Amino acid sequence: MSSTTATPFVPAEIRHGSLRRERRWALIGAYVALAVFVVFFMTPPFHMLMTSLKSSGEIADLSGNPWIVAAPTLQNYWELLTEGNYLVHFRNSVIVTACTVAISMVISVMAAFALARMKFWGSATLATGVFLTYLVPETLLFIPMFQIIGGLGLYNNLWAMVLIFPTLTVPFCTWIMIGYFASIPKELDEAALIDGASHLQMLWKIFIPVALPGILAAMIFAFTVSWAAFIYPIAFLVSSDQMVLTVGIVSDLIRADTFQWGKIMAGALMAALPPLLVYAFLMDYYIAGLTAGATKG
Amino acid sequence: MAQVTLRKVVKAYEGGVQAVKGIDLDIADHEFVVLVGPSGCGKSTTLRMIAGLEEISDGEIAIGGKVINDVPPRDRDIAMVFQNYALYPHMTVFDNMAFGLMLRKFPKDEIKRRVDNAARILDITPLLARKPKALSGGQRQRVAMGRAIVRDPKVFLFDEPLSNLDAKLRVQMRTEIKKVHQTVRTTTVYVTHDQVEAMTLADRVVVMNGGIIEQVGSPQELYHNPKTRFVAGFIGSPAMNFIPCRLENGAGALRLHLPGDIVLPVPAERTARYQGLAGREVLLGIRPEHLTEAKNLDRPHFAPMTATPEVTEPMGMETLVHFRMAGAEICGRVDPLAPAMPGQPLPMAVDMSNMHILDPQSGRVL
Repeated sequence: MSSTTATPFVPAEIRHGSLRRERRWALIGAYVALAVFVVFFMTPPFHMLMTSLKSSGEIADLSGNPWIVAAPTLQNYWELLTEGNYLVHFRNSVIVTACTVAISMVISVMAAFALARMKFWGSATLATGVFLTYLVPETLLFIPMFQIIGGLGLYNNLWAMVLIFPTLTVPFCTWIMIGYFASIPKELDEAALIDGASHLQMLWKIFIPVALPGILAAMIFAFTVSWAAFIYPIAFLVSSDQMVLTVGIVSDLIRADTFQWGKIMAGALMAALPPLLVYAFLMDYYIAGLTAGATKG
Repeated sequence: MAQVTLRKVVKAYEGGVQAVKGIDLDIADHEFVVLVGPSGCGKSTTLRMIAGLEEISDGEIAIGGKVINDVPPRDRDIAMVFQNYALYPHMTVFDNMAFGLMLRKFPKDEIKRRVDNAARILDITPLLARKPKALSGGQRQRVAMGRAIVRDPKVFLFDEPLSNLDAKLRVQMRTEIKKVHQTVRTTTVYVTHDQVEAMTLADRVVVMNGGIIEQVGSPQELYHNPKTRFVAGFIGSPAMNFIPCRLENGAGALRLHLPGDIVLPVPAERTARYQGLAGREVLLGIRPEHLTEAKNLDRPHFAPMTATPEVTEPMGMETLVHFRMAGAEICGRVDPLAPAMPGQPLPMAVDMSNMHILDPQSGRVL
């Protein structure tokens, strides 16, 4: 108290002047860094957009400026949507991704609930093991996976992807969910048990609603992995009608040494639209889900 | 009929650590029993075994005469209130309270009737549509109690329900809990580490220490007739004083010889009880309220002594004086108008009719 009363009166703006100046410089620094970041990451999509709006002739004309469109055209988009298999690939991607997300969620939510809450012999080791499987790269797995898929008669079959993609998504989704479930107070399931809930009812009526941000984070992850997967589809799918977007675009639009750059760019941009929308609307949940385990668990 | 019976109940963990070491307890129908003791005494573990949230390592627990050792929590017909409320955050107050009844497939109008009734008892009717995050700590605790009441179970279990509340609210909720019990009369087992809560709420208090029951009795019984040093020291605030002394025969009567040549007479009616112990080193147990300013010295059982307070704590209605005797910290309660000053000798009176004599080795009250 005595030190407070002994301090001479200083107007607020002067007293806090240095702090405000420091804050201003910090903000300027942050904006500069962000600007560099935006330029760095937005340049490729911008180049894609510019290229997609050019005719083949303009793209081939090396004398022009690659960043400016002289005669904008939607020809590439129109041809993609009306000719060829682009819409088939799009539909295949949607089917595979929807199935992958659904399967991943069912398996990982139930697995995470068991590993986080139903303590059993070896559950902690198993939880770590689940995460370790995520660290095995796809490039190591696709040869043995090829034999399995071939054995099941699913080579060049869209549904092989529905079988394979969950092996990429389930471990990490389970890991996210374990962290999220672990952050739910133990008393909540004890209260539910005493209220008369079975384990399944506890999961369905308490854990899933409470852990919804975590589940959405896991869903977004599964969606992204499945939508952007490339190695497995290119290894296992050969005919155009079975292909998903990632391989369909490069297979159909690159013929020998002929690259249809305009269509490739238009196709890639349209393919990026669903993840963009998902992230735009669910980003807050995604961040909440990824950080929940870190701060509470 | 909802007596709760514990027979030789043991809770042992891996590595042989025993949290509860074979306790026996009979709780009558409609009774409010409080398990009290310091952290790690096994009180919460005992409650959780009754609830079915912990497995029973050995022994038997029965509710309403039926052994429930292997019965899952949902079939024990109990309701529990947790320290951190454990409300379902995504449900409204109404849904929180109705959840147990919905799982048991009660008709909707019956659920509504019960929830409305419990809400009225707890004065939370205006809160029924809110979510838990929009409630204060006290309101959340009421909802948690409401969730227990609507179930109309055989037994209520409370696990330190007031520990998360501030001091004022705790006193208020204590009264609420007592009122609710007087209304619904459900057998209640209540766990707390706060002896004031135990004394004010319980029909009977169970004092636990180190996994065993030290003593079971009414609050008055525990306060006035503790059986062990632990109970004598745990019940009552400030705690009972223990002063090492020697029990002697002198001048035709028994007396206690305290360090500093203070001699206190043992009341005549207790002489026969302690005669056999003459010559032994014992502990004198005396509560602060029986160490007062010099008064009533003309009455039998009141003995004079002088103490020099090191610290005085004026509490308004009384002043606590702390002094040292034979190496022990001693606390007395004196009138706020008494001339109690640190460092100034203060004439005091000891009410020997309320003394206790303890065996310093076993800690038993003799």
